[in-house]
Amino acid sequence: MNNALSTPASTPAPAVVSIPDPGDDTLQSASVAGQYLSFILGDEEYAIEILAVREIRGWSKPTRIPNAPPFMLGVLNLRGAVVPIIDLRLRFSVEKIAYTATTVVIVVAIGKRQFGIVVDGVSDVLDVSAEEVCPVPDFGVAIDVDYLRGLTTREDHMIMLLDPARLAGGEVWDLVADKKAPEGGVNL
Amino acid sequence: MAKVDLARFHATFFAESLEGLDVMEQGLLALEEGDREQVHDIFRAAHSIKGGAGTFGFPEIASFTHVLESLLDDLREGKRDIDTELTELLLRSVDVVRNMIARAQTGEPLIDSDSDSLLHELEVYHGISAPVESVGTSAAVSSGGWQIVFRPHPQMLSGGNDPLRLFRELQGLGPLQVEVEAEHLPALASLDPETCVIGWRLQLDAQVRREQIEAIFEWVEGECELVIAPVASADTESATVTDTQPNSDLAAATAIKQVLTMQAEPGPVRAAPTVALGESSRSIRVSIDKVDQLLDTVSELVITQSMLNQLGEDLAESRLEVLREGLAQLEHNTRELQECVMNIRMLPISTVFHRFQRLVRDLGHQLDKQVRLDLHGSETELDKTVLERIGDPLVHLVRNALDHGIESPAQRRAAGKPEVGCLRLEAFHRGGMIVIEVSDDGSGLHHEAIMSKAVERGLIGPDDQLSDTEIADLIFRPGFSTASVATDVSGRGVGMDVVRRNVQALGGTVTVDSVVGQGTRFVITLPLTLAIIDGLTGIVGGEHYIFPLVSIIESLQLQAKQVNQVPGQGELFRFRGEYIPILRLHNLFACSDAVTSIAQGIVVVVESDGRHVGVLIDHLAGQQQAVIKSLDNHYRRVEGVSGATILGDGSVALILDVPGLIRLAQRKTAA
Repeated sequence: MNNALSTPASTPAPAVVSIPDPGDDTLQSASVAGQYLSFILGDEEYAIEILAVREIRGWSKPTRIPNAPPFMLGVLNLRGAVVPIIDLRLRFSVEKIAYTATTVVIVVAIGKRQFGIVVDGVSDVLDVSAEEVCPVPDFGVAIDVDYLRGLTTREDHMIMLLDPARLAGGEVWDLVADKKAPEGGVNL
Repeated sequence: MAKVDLARFHATFFAESLEGLDVMEQGLLALEEGDREQVHDIFRAAHSIKGGAGTFGFPEIASFTHVLESLLDDLREGKRDIDTELTELLLRSVDVVRNMIARAQTGEPLIDSDSDSLLHELEVYHGISAPVESVGTSAAVSSGGWQIVFRPHPQMLSGGNDPLRLFRELQGLGPLQVEVEAEHLPALASLDPETCVIGWRLQLDAQVRREQIEAIFEWVEGECELVIAPVASADTESATVTDTQPNSDLAAATAIKQVLTMQAEPGPVRAAPTVALGESSRSIRVSIDKVDQLLDTVSELVITQSMLNQLGEDLAESRLEVLREGLAQLEHNTRELQECVMNIRMLPISTVFHRFQRLVRDLGHQLDKQVRLDLHGSETELDKTVLERIGDPLVHLVRNALDHGIESPAQRRAAGKPEVGCLRLEAFHRGGMIVIEVSDDGSGLHHEAIMSKAVERGLIGPDDQLSDTEIADLIFRPGFSTASVATDVSGRGVGMDVVRRNVQALGGTVTVDSVVGQGTRFVITLPLTLAIIDGLTGIVGGEHYIFPLVSIIESLQLQAKQVNQVPGQGELFRFRGEYIPILRLHNLFACSDAVTSIAQGIVVVVESDGRHVGVLIDHLAGQQQAVIKSLDNHYRRVEGVSGATILGDGSVALILDVPGLIRLAQRKTAA
């Protein structure tokens, strides 16, 4: 049952929370320029590095994982692999809406791991150069913006560039193993 | 010399050496039975271990096997006869080398007191009947130089060995005179340039040690006739290269031991006991046939795929029938491919079975019992993982059979049975499962003794009425052992429950039946593979959960009045004479819209580590085979869930982990 994929070496270990996988420089915060896939979530637009996107698929109901955090919707069968699905609305504390035929799942791959994120809809592919990216302002320690790589602007509206490794590494797999968890703050 | 990283070859060397040791062990046992031919196989195995050890930087193993090899060489040439003492010595040497390899794998120092003392024993044994050795040793440094006769076998050149290179290296030691023996040189017309037809007589005028010369010829050893003799000595006959074991070798090896830190393979390696079973390696040897079959299947798949591709380019309604056929073909190919791949993981059980010959022989000697081992169905194949983990439980069963089952020759004579007891190991397929039977013709299980022991240990009450099967089942309970004295072999009370637990961990079952005075039979039933399990699907609040079939005892519907409340603990009900707790799956997994009234749901009674628990679910949805998918590949482990599977409609269902569920429930109750 445990195959090579689950060996510690390939796991985005807790270290990934602070340091993105050094072997994959497309994910390093330093190189923010590149192509991004942008998507809509509520009233805001976000974008994710296109090289991390495996596929885009329609919504289908995942199988619930018992005792998982609320934004962890469950697992889906992705051509034989059992892959977790995250609701980004719940993850970003945006008001939850019903899943419809236009709801989209973006499948993201980080290293050997895959996960899906549920978004309202995919909008565009953007070419973003380094000069176009503004740093994320300091919201103070209370607000966790680790998953933001930077901000950019298109036609007068802001697009938030997400760091998929941080989106997943710190918040999904290691959620329970993470230092935050034993207090029971996030789980259940 | 260029530094080559040999560490990457180590895994192969270890694997091959362990195989070689198995060959030696089997051979020695057969040799003892009188099969003289085996001596060549044993010698070859020892020789290649020695060669490999020398090449890959394990001088300790090389020098140990060198002595071993010299003994075997005497045996091979008929200078010495095999007897029990020698067999014993050689078998112990096999164990020592095996331990050395195990230590090399973990990077520990190779030599321990065992290997040192045995090496000494071997040298002494060899020395007694081979006094020529002293001549060889004293002449380790020859003042007058060395005379070397070097006659390569015809195929030596094809191994990439160049005699000129050897001579050049010899020249590095001192002035060298080379004389060619060209008597066998054929006519030019019939000369094959790739064979070596000439020999050389060399004279080296240097005060060097014999090993220095031997080291140069190390690569061609076995591919040539080689005589190294000091010039002063006339006795060139006995001083062949394999005939010496200078003690300085050992001293050097000990010194090297301290400097040398071996690069070890990562991963746990169990210390090898007398019978090294259950060592897992990360590689697998597959017969070419199986690979060819896989290749055939893949090529068929490619054909089907291109056929479908073509169809897809021009799909008219009239061709729907062809499409359907193509899809059927695809399904057929896929299933075949799956079978092929599964097949590659399958290995014959003989690898485990054959090691028992040694165990039975040694134990028989130790216990003064005469036992014949009957092996049947050695060619039965099962999954590599299962195979690796079934060794330990089988060792337990075999030891038990020898210790408690089969009687001493005197007792057997008194009971009117042949003096030689029979232990039978059999493996066969039955209905998608592998069955392994361990049976003996010994005294059988004594029900009264088991009963009184169980009462004494508090496992049952003194007035309990048990059926024969239930009594036999008692021996699998933790803390049960009938032997009044704990012997060296078995009887520490941790035997059978461990066997049962290990077998259950593999998704199998173990049962016992016995007739007093006639024998005992243990039957282990195992799934063919760990990748697929038989499961029973239960529904809770519309969600599918799969119970592994092996852990299910019974599923039943309870009346409300059968359920008892224990304040602060939960609910209990009476099941086959004991009170067992009810575990509400919908509570544990926080399912919504589930059946909460016990009377309306189904209680599935499951077993884990000898404990029974009733799991409340809504209803059952039937039995199915489930291909196990790991959750932690892309997510992480989930408590109470051992994995996931994909249902026929493509959706995912979770497979329940019964021990995990119980732990989860205990934590929830405690909180």
